[in-house]
Amino acid sequence: MDFASILAIEILGSIAILVLISIGLAVVFGMMKVINMAHGEFIMLGGYVTIFGTTHAGLNIWFCILVLSPLIVGLVGLVLEWLVVRHLYGRMIDTMLATWGLSLAIVGLMTMLVGNTTTGISTPLPSVAIGKFSTSGHVFFLIALATFVIIALACLFKFTTFGLTARATTQDANMVANLGGNPRRIYAVTFGLGAALAGLGGGALAPIIGVIPTIGITYIAKAFITVISGGATVIAGNLAATSLFGTINQLFTYWYTPIIGEVALLVCAVILIRLLPQGITGRFFKGTI
Amino acid sequence: MSDNIILQTKGLGISFGGLHAVRDVDFVLRGGELRCLIGPNGAGKTTFFRLLSGQHTPTRGEIIYKGKPLGNLQPYQIARLGIGVKTQVPSLFEGLSVFENLELAANQTFSGLEAVSIVDETLERISLQDQRHTICQELAHGQRQWVELGQILASKPDVALLDEPAAGMTHDESLKTIEIIKEITAKSSVVVVEHDMDFIKLIGERVTVFDRGEVIADGTFKEIASNPQVREAYLGRKEAAVA
Amino acid sequence: MKNPVLNISSLVGVIVLAFAIPYFVEAFTVLNFTVYIIMAILSLSLAFVWGMGGIMVLGHSAFFGLGAYAYAIAAVNFGPGWEAVTLSMLVPATFAALLGYFMFYGRISDIYVGVITLAVTLILFNLINSTSGPQYKIGSAPIGGYNGITAVPTLSWPNGNFIDINGMFYLSVGLLILSYLFIRYYLSTRYGKVTVAIRENERRAELLGYNVAQSKLITFSIGGAIAGLAGCMFANWGSFVGPTIFGLVQSAQIIIWVIVGGRGTLIGPILSCIAIQWMTTQLGMQQVVNVGFVLGIVLTIFVLLVPSGLAPLLAKIPNVVRSRLNGKPKEDVALGSPAEEGQT
Repeated sequence: MDFASILAIEILGSIAILVLISIGLAVVFGMMKVINMAHGEFIMLGGYVTIFGTTHAGLNIWFCILVLSPLIVGLVGLVLEWLVVRHLYGRMIDTMLATWGLSLAIVGLMTMLVGNTTTGISTPLPSVAIGKFSTSGHVFFLIALATFVIIALACLFKFTTFGLTARATTQDANMVANLGGNPRRIYAVTFGLGAALAGLGGGALAPIIGVIPTIGITYIAKAFITVISGGATVIAGNLAATSLFGTINQLFTYWYTPIIGEVALLVCAVILIRLLPQGITGRFFKGTI
Repeated sequence: MSDNIILQTKGLGISFGGLHAVRDVDFVLRGGELRCLIGPNGAGKTTFFRLLSGQHTPTRGEIIYKGKPLGNLQPYQIARLGIGVKTQVPSLFEGLSVFENLELAANQTFSGLEAVSIVDETLERISLQDQRHTICQELAHGQRQWVELGQILASKPDVALLDEPAAGMTHDESLKTIEIIKEITAKSSVVVVEHDMDFIKLIGERVTVFDRGEVIADGTFKEIASNPQVREAYLGRKEAAVA
Repeated sequence: MKNPVLNISSLVGVIVLAFAIPYFVEAFTVLNFTVYIIMAILSLSLAFVWGMGGIMVLGHSAFFGLGAYAYAIAAVNFGPGWEAVTLSMLVPATFAALLGYFMFYGRISDIYVGVITLAVTLILFNLINSTSGPQYKIGSAPIGGYNGITAVPTLSWPNGNFIDINGMFYLSVGLLILSYLFIRYYLSTRYGKVTVAIRENERRAELLGYNVAQSKLITFSIGGAIAGLAGCMFANWGSFVGPTIFGLVQSAQIIIWVIVGGRGTLIGPILSCIAIQWMTTQLGMQQVVNVGFVLGIVLTIFVLLVPSGLAPLLAKIPNVVRSRLNGKPKEDVALGSPAEEGQT
């Protein structure tokens, strides 16, 4: 029984991590049809902001994770949207390639600035014991944070003017422009929001991973595949895909090794895309957000 | 089976969501025939063509081609059986030359020198000899339509489905287009979709009228033009469509 | 490049130049140039699949890596002979065919083809990376995990002579020219013409009766085989293969070569691959600016400002010069369509 609870918590933790690394990408893809290849680097930057905020500036770790990382990475996102992404709207493949260039450039820049070494911080949360098993307390924080992010986003899209305009822009940008909205600003804010969510994810993961300039590569494929498998529906799609892949990843990790867990996730995703080319929500959960 | 039927549909229909874009269409085309298909916008003409060419799968009914049901064949398989399509919006190999566009069509039916001579002949028919090496995206609109008709001429299908071959053309260009269509009819049975009544009148062949996904009338241009149901379908929603 | 006399004379020029190079530079430089040439074969293979066939493969390094590993494992097992070389092309081609069947017959859209190929190369990277124990071996070849396979037996000339540094260079140049000529030949055949037609308009090709999925599958497999050949040469060059050849950085580089050289041309990506690698080596010698940083900026700038790459621009220079000399207005030639040089 203890073991079952631990496994359940680990599975939830695995799902939460997937949510945190992919939701920003899901927002940008779902709302703007942009696949941002630099998303992994936004996560990496979020990690660095939290690490340097706590170690160099001596700031409170929760402040760094919950405020500073999303804020700074969100700003970086806004700047890059202004410099690069806005010139390529409607050209999916070119956007992908240009942001891939940004991804390489950010990795290179961080390597020049901080060197190609791994840094990390430890979580202030104690580990939690259930019977004779124990698990990191940080997992509970990640599960809570992921839940909060999903609920907050759902409220944002459902109940605010920005959310309504953003969803309308996804349907028909010209119509929104005719009604006096500004699709360009909506896109910029959406991209910034996606970047901020990536920064939040990076900050939240920093205590349990070693951060290195190239770490984005570890996340990009998983984030990508989760989003594409989820389909165009941001929240329902993301929840469906993360639940499926998180469970598979964790079960295979438990049965074999973490690497086999990752491979199982990717193989499962490739097969899923083949079976449901429109993503899970292209087939099910239609009409949700 | 009655004589010389090349293409026939029986109760053919397709719906998207709750909308019946095409319903219960019984249509018969005979060998060597040139048939016009008219109807107001949204009548289901283009969808009907897409069903015939395999771009949509019918939800009801069947298509019988040369006495055999087409079943669920892929568009390329249907094309290989001899059904050629000119789509509504000109759809060409934009970055390739006029010659290459026609060659790709001719290669499907012919090979080697025969294909090349057919391309040369086609270039002459569509009056684009001087543009043989021009990249298609640099052509004028009317010329692009002709290249697509040229692809039909060069591949010599048994049935040619032409969706609005004269759309956006000047009067002179339309006359030339009718000439090309008559050339195509020499080798193929042809169905022409058009909503410009003047053009239909110029062709002067048997007409089938579509409205809201159904066939509502069938006959000569004169019969059609005086048919009250047809006048209602056109005039009811679109004044002055019948000139 | 449509003039056959010009074609043949430039080919002869390239061969003469290539054979002269080792007489004028040091052995170290020849060694460097050899790897540039090997990578140019890889670049050519993506120029064919993506630039000509319009199939956007983001993880093309998968086939390069499979070729290199197939050669290395076969060479350890059966010795470095024609079997190993054949397998280095056959394994990635077969893999491409299977993956292509899955993608093209499933009618997966362009963007997902890119993402799936990317995921596949990461899967391979993860898999190979995790096989470092002695229990992971194929035949008598340990896969070696992140350490890779060292001391890969290298090829000899058919008469049994050892292939020295210059010999390796000549062999690479020869294979590059052969691959180029093969692709040019293929594109001039009935099947090859369909490859480009599909890039231009998939639906039209289908309505003319061409089996688009099958044609894409063939294009993809040929590209995989040529990338595998490059992998085979790479394994021979360093007598080593490691999992980083499956990595994203490797995939990104191939894409940069093709974008900078120009999609829709074959010569462009070959030349840009050589030039960019030369630049990368020069940059690598100084420690100030990170190479990845420069390459990333180059990729972004080209996509934004020069999306059709350098080859179409360079091809216009003679026209521009001629029109200046004749005093013609500039608009005639300055901005033609990028597709105008589609067959360069």
